[in-house]
Amino acid sequence: MSASFAIRARSHPAWWAFAVHRVSGVLLALFLPLHFWALAQALDGAAALDAFLRFAERPWVRLAEWGLVVLLALHLTGGVRLLLIEFGPWRGLRKDWIAMTAGAGVVAGLAYALALTR
Amino acid sequence: MESTVDVRVWRGAAQGRFVRYEVPRRPSQTVLDVVTYVQRHLEPTLAYRFACRVGMCGSCAMTVNGVPRWTCRTHVAKAVRRGRLEIAPLAHLPVVRDLVTDMTAFFDKWARARGQFQGATSRAAPVARIAPETPQRRAVDAGIECIGCAVCYAACDVVRWRHDFLGPAALNRAWTLVNDVRDVAQAARLDAVAGDAGCHACHTQGACTERCPKGIAPTAGIAGLKRLTARAAVERS
Amino acid sequence: MTMTRATQAKLWYAQRLSAMVLAGCVIVHLGVIVYATRSGLSAGALLARTRGNVAFAVFYGVFVLACAVHAPLGLRAVAHEWLHWRGGAADAVWATFALALVATGMRAVYAVTAS
Repeated sequence: MSASFAIRARSHPAWWAFAVHRVSGVLLALFLPLHFWALAQALDGAAALDAFLRFAERPWVRLAEWGLVVLLALHLTGGVRLLLIEFGPWRGLRKDWIAMTAGAGVVAGLAYALALTR
Repeated sequence: MESTVDVRVWRGAAQGRFVRYEVPRRPSQTVLDVVTYVQRHLEPTLAYRFACRVGMCGSCAMTVNGVPRWTCRTHVAKAVRRGRLEIAPLAHLPVVRDLVTDMTAFFDKWARARGQFQGATSRAAPVARIAPETPQRRAVDAGIECIGCAVCYAACDVVRWRHDFLGPAALNRAWTLVNDVRDVAQAARLDAVAGDAGCHACHTQGACTERCPKGIAPTAGIAGLKRLTARAAVERS
Repeated sequence: MTMTRATQAKLWYAQRLSAMVLAGCVIVHLGVIVYATRSGLSAGALLARTRGNVAFAVFYGVFVLACAVHAPLGLRAVAHEWLHWRGGAADAVWATFALALVATGMRAVYAVTAS
């Protein structure tokens, strides 16, 4: 099967929802140890934490942080959809929740971007 | 309407290649019509399966332009992409030859999921009275029409990624039996469908539900099995 | 040592239960992120809000534990399906990762609340 057919066969909303949920989950899981390490800098005093926070002001770091916030919102909302499918009454593949997942990502992205520009 | 359709058909087994044929177009032509034309007029050695050719038996299931479908119920006009059709055997099953797959594993998994009814009465007992409107019977009725065509099995990525995954059809059948109040093998069945090779490996990709030609939603039954098996595992410990 | 199906079912359940806890924690956390970013991201400002904050410590302690259950189980499934890592050795790696998340996470919570 050619690659384009492989993608076409998976071009339905629930599959995209799965792909977004998996990729966001992996990236967030890999990020967690970094996050914990960064916060633990406070053990060496406020100055040590400040050094990290200054590093985090670099544009590429801010962009990565923004991406993580969006991924977190996507993973959360997509995850609630899965919990509803697995534990709630059957109402189909809940494509309305797929739309809400995209919306939540947009809202979180906008809110964080606005917060950064204050 | 173009006068011909450019068809690529899988020839060989696990090793093989797509061979091009040009097939005259007809009104209301189905993909099964195309395959039949190739075998009758162009390539007599082409191996393929069909039976009823009216969308009842599921024997003609193949991969059409990447999507598993019943070829007798797939109009060429709807499936063709830029004048082209690519026809391959159903995915995730060993290929016997050309478009014919070996369905043994599919039905073995059905058996492993305890997809057989087990009752406790004999023919001497009165006929069981099952009310059709109970939630349990509704759950059974929603999944009972499965004819074992393996389209869902071919569509599922978890089947592709986990060789021991029982798959949507086997789990759907188990779900219809789990909800059958006459069946007495429930504990063994819940054990059979639990775990990483069972319902808990399903990631709700929903390809089974999207592709099922009978409109069955295996995702629903698998979600139900997840709840029941998890509860059973916790209660037993 | 292969895991029994019953254990696998329980792991699925743990992953979903931790997901339910995380749903609540993450909604709050997203709010905290936006609030903290708007209020100013300096160590002084952050630590002034978190030092000695028992509610903060309890909340984020629970959050860390839920992450430590949820993330390794998720990665385990991905590794099985996309890297074909399976069996006792792989499970040991994920269990270790879970313990590492608990240790480093609690250390981070302690760092901003008590140090």
